[in-house]
Amino acid sequence: MAGLTAAKSERLLNLVILLLVARNYTTKEQIRALMEPYRASSDEAFDRMFERDKDDLRALGIPLEVGYVDKFFEDEQGYRIKRDAFELPALDFTADEVAVLGLAARVWRHAGLAAATSDALVKLKAAGLSFDREQLDHVQPTLTAEEPSFEAMWQATLDRTPVEFDYSRVGQTDVTTRHLQPWGVVTAQGRWYVAGLDTDRSEPRMFRLSRILSEVRPTGEPGSYAVPPGTDLRALTQALAPQQPDRTAVVLARAGAAIGLRRRSEVRATGVTGPDGQPGWDELDVPYGSQTDVVGELVGYADSVVVESPPELRAAVRERLTLVAAGAP
Amino acid sequence: MSGAREQVARLLALVPYLQQRTDVSLSTVAADFGVEPEQIRKDLGVLWMCGLPGLTPDKMIDVDFEAIEDDPDGVVRIDNADYLGRPVRLGSTEASALIVALRALREGSPESSYDVIDRCLVKLEDAAAAGTALPEVEVRLPRSAESYQHAALLEQALSTDRQARIDYYVPSRDETTQRVVDPLELLSAEGHDYLDAWCHLAGARRLFRLDRMQAVEVVDEPRQEHDLSPRDLAEGLFEPGPDDLEAVLRLERHARWVADYYPVDEVEELGDGRLEARLRVGDPQWLVRLVLRLAPAVEIVRPLDLRAAVAARARATLALYSQPTANAQDSGVA
Repeated sequence: MAGLTAAKSERLLNLVILLLVARNYTTKEQIRALMEPYRASSDEAFDRMFERDKDDLRALGIPLEVGYVDKFFEDEQGYRIKRDAFELPALDFTADEVAVLGLAARVWRHAGLAAATSDALVKLKAAGLSFDREQLDHVQPTLTAEEPSFEAMWQATLDRTPVEFDYSRVGQTDVTTRHLQPWGVVTAQGRWYVAGLDTDRSEPRMFRLSRILSEVRPTGEPGSYAVPPGTDLRALTQALAPQQPDRTAVVLARAGAAIGLRRRSEVRATGVTGPDGQPGWDELDVPYGSQTDVVGELVGYADSVVVESPPELRAAVRERLTLVAAGAP
Repeated sequence: MSGAREQVARLLALVPYLQQRTDVSLSTVAADFGVEPEQIRKDLGVLWMCGLPGLTPDKMIDVDFEAIEDDPDGVVRIDNADYLGRPVRLGSTEASALIVALRALREGSPESSYDVIDRCLVKLEDAAAAGTALPEVEVRLPRSAESYQHAALLEQALSTDRQARIDYYVPSRDETTQRVVDPLELLSAEGHDYLDAWCHLAGARRLFRLDRMQAVEVVDEPRQEHDLSPRDLAEGLFEPGPDDLEAVLRLERHARWVADYYPVDEVEELGDGRLEARLRVGDPQWLVRLVLRLAPAVEIVRPLDLRAAVAARARATLALYSQPTANAQDSGVA
């Protein structure tokens, strides 16, 4: 196998050099005449080999162009690699920029993307950059992506390939097949989402990758749609953020307790007498957005917190507590 | 045959790389390309068979094999390959991976670093192949200004080899304790920043979330030595301990996420979307609070004493609602 790999590598590299240094398009027959492994093959074997080699070059990101050898007579097609499309342009990264790139190279904890970043770094090294191992004083963020659908979805957003997948919505077990033109991926709080046009509903939608239960299957060709100009992924993702607080609850909290709650509250009064007749309570203004969410949060502090107002929140907390109290003797 | 693809990708970088550097050893080349020296020898063997069309001796790429034959410190030299002076442009996956990593770095950095990161982003976009779609990726690493200050102080403790004193909030017990720690490393995972440290109060290694630190102070005491291996975050942040207690939770359909969010050992479908999850719990108080917060969608099946503890806490709390406080207006709903 090693010998076969070497022979193929040799052929591919010689083909790249041939097409890169040629002044004009080179026809398939000219290429064959110039390259021994092609000459030595039968017509049929050469055709197959040449097709596969072209695929390999394209997979390597080499811009292989096809055009007419003589632009006045559109009869004979040839191939070329244009140097300015092939070569990495001159980079003038400063020392601090190089250090930042070195840090960025350690961000991905996802096998496929970690490999892609190190491939990129190898190219930058080949362009003369040196990354030493010195650490910047910096908290090193990491990006993980454990969702099985991540890589396929990431690639689909880059290629603009429409996809379908089986999806289970939050809090539901039924699974439906969804169709999406993925626009981009979003990570928030360590989870990944994909945003795009849900073609079943003709509306932008967001899906959590961990809830995709199937493979991500392409349903069309790459490049078959465009992301609408002016699409603001950041604005779209605001939907993911918790509801903005627009109301205020007044609660009593035992002194020194409910510290988590205090961190987003204002103290109205201290030394207040509580419902237990003891004086060691503080009165807090607690901003909140969703009553459902805040009820759970307040009940979580158990007897360290008592809601005074608004009445509907106080009632909801009492109701929740009554339910839980009935759960065991 | 992906072996050949990989090798050609490496060769197309290796040739310009070597032309940029006149005295680089085989072992350095191998390290820079993330492969074994033997692989670089094989790559050079391929290169030696390549050259300009026709491949007559004067057109072949020269490789100095003698210098590196048995010596990983030997200098790698090639010649007659001027036409491969630059590496290939970055592909869309390469450019995107790096651009998103930079955006993550930007999100996790103080504003003073934005400028240098933005300059990198602009230059990288130029380096990508023509027609490369730039990734539509949004990265949000929530972090407060306070966390930056904590991080800066902890970095200072790390670089000067000092201990740190932190006021740390533990939500499961709803209490703040002051601890002296020997900082080991700052790290970031699952959307949060952490300090890995040896905690003198616990007498054990602990992970502390930066956003739960209320105060950080560098202590003028040298860090103590601990024989600890680096933490492997690939396994997640949760580390089961020997004293963990096993609990079984029943999750209603809309609380199924609990089984995704916390590390559970086993789940069983109960029908109608309900789930039973078995998990190990280090701190029983944490579980009591979790269940109080999410009840009745989450219920403890076992152990029974924790189930009773949840109900008892609820009754004790309910007692506080039996009479209106000075300001409270009861709506009469029970």
